[in-house]
Amino acid sequence: MNTATSAPAPPNRISPTKRRIHFGRWGVHAVLLSYSMLALGPTLLIIMNSLKSRRAIFDDAFSLPTADTFDLVGYDTVLNGSSFDVYFRNSFIVTVASVLLVVFFSAMAAFALAEYDFKGNTLLALYLAIGIMIPIRLGTVSILKLMVSLSLINTLWALILVYTAMGLPLGVFLMTQFMRQVPRELKSAARVDGANEYRVFGLVLPLVRPGMAAVAVFTMLPVWNDLWFPLILAPAENTRTVTLGASAFLGQFERNWNALLAALTLAMVPIILLYVIFSRQFLRGLTEGAIK
Amino acid sequence: MVFLAPATVIYSVFMVYPLLDSLRRSFFDDDGNFAGLDNYNTLFGNPTFADRFWDALGHNFQFFAFHMVLQNPIGLLLAVLLTVQSVRGLNIYRTIVFLPTTLSVVIVGFVWRLILSPIWGVTETLGIDTPLLGESRTVLPTLSLISVWQWVGIPMIFFYAVLIAIPKDLIEASRVDGAGSWQVFRDITFPLILPMLGIISILTYIGNFNAFDLIYQVKGVVAGPDFASDIMGTFFYRTFFGASGTTGSPAMGATVASVMFLIILVGVLIYMFGWQRRVTTYEL
Repeated sequence: MNTATSAPAPPNRISPTKRRIHFGRWGVHAVLLSYSMLALGPTLLIIMNSLKSRRAIFDDAFSLPTADTFDLVGYDTVLNGSSFDVYFRNSFIVTVASVLLVVFFSAMAAFALAEYDFKGNTLLALYLAIGIMIPIRLGTVSILKLMVSLSLINTLWALILVYTAMGLPLGVFLMTQFMRQVPRELKSAARVDGANEYRVFGLVLPLVRPGMAAVAVFTMLPVWNDLWFPLILAPAENTRTVTLGASAFLGQFERNWNALLAALTLAMVPIILLYVIFSRQFLRGLTEGAIK
Repeated sequence: MVFLAPATVIYSVFMVYPLLDSLRRSFFDDDGNFAGLDNYNTLFGNPTFADRFWDALGHNFQFFAFHMVLQNPIGLLLAVLLTVQSVRGLNIYRTIVFLPTTLSVVIVGFVWRLILSPIWGVTETLGIDTPLLGESRTVLPTLSLISVWQWVGIPMIFFYAVLIAIPKDLIEASRVDGAGSWQVFRDITFPLILPMLGIISILTYIGNFNAFDLIYQVKGVVAGPDFASDIMGTFFYRTFFGASGTTGSPAMGATVASVMFLIILVGVLIYMFGWQRRVTTYEL
């Protein structure tokens, strides 16, 4: 904008623009707010009603629990009749182990693919990337046979190995993109100083932390939420994951609405809390991975 | 190579080998004798299989259509709104909109089963008087909408990632040249998100064949009423393990998986040669 020479703009040219921006801002809020309500509503309805007596649940589903209608009978039933602690532990072990293996192994493979020019480099990268496009579930028949012959059925190892294989293609692909951005001079300098390849890899790792976070986030969700493989490979009571456990458990309470609502709330709340606490990091990981 | 070994070995043993072995098994019977194309003849020739197969495949494409028409455009709209400058609290909205995506399908399925249950009366209050999950006419659209509700966060965050990477001066420059919001979107933003649109479409397509969990949770493996919500995932599971009176067959299961593999391959090839080659990706 040049200041001295230009005449002040006529007021009637400014005000409509301003009004449009003003309206636009409220419009954005209105749309996002309505969608947020749609996203949150069902969840809140369940949590709210899990704290009410049976009569109140059916009389007026949309009202908050009051002193009159407050009732924890559902939680009583659920906590006394389930092994959710075991399920949570299983899910936790499987998810953490798979994520760690995927992140570490993809970082190693990506380091080699990005760093060394060897025969078949591109071919190997392509081979590893094919898995991004093919759902591993299509191999279920053979995976089941394989796990039976390795006697890994009803062990958490079966799940960890399958999920690691499932996460690796995308993991290697994403990590390779991040590894390529590490400045070459840094690695050469380290080599000149006499560092061996493992040492160089150790130096590079902290530099690709955003990449590792992205891979972790992309691996975590499908593993934690999967129903298919726990159902087929590890359905035993002591190896059930939360997802499978909740599925079976909820099925038992077909008619007990207090217990159903309480069980759902118990299954949701830890995830929601974790998500809300880490949402910034989590969404950043997804965002960074998405544009690679 | 020490660095490549772990990833390559685990991937080969637990993913590539099972996929190839599944293909092989589709040419053998359950006792391991070579059967040529017998399994495929059964799948497409025997009405008990063929009718279910074509039904399930049709439902799969309907399910896909719902996601393409609703989930991805809504995801794009939300992403665009979330990147509007000078509006406060966008991070809070972003967190909330993505929340259903973090919940497991089991929970989401059950939440909606309770809410839509005619016993509870919530639907009555909202003015819906059909049991949406109980009638064959409404069950598949309803399940599709539930799935859209849950997964809309994925296209949203992918589009969002592209949108925030667009340099601000590019948009400002065109503003100075007198372009309105719609023009900016049409001439700058849209061409830049076009490659992402393709990626999201192919991911949606592939994801459809994984959509077993929701149907299983809400309607069971028999995918009622009267198979109205049956999709390839539930059909595959029933063929492999059997359900309510029928016995399962690994060979037939592998055959169904192989056909699904082919259908996915066709989609991926269309994407790679019909779309990716024609769409320009701009380096920013």
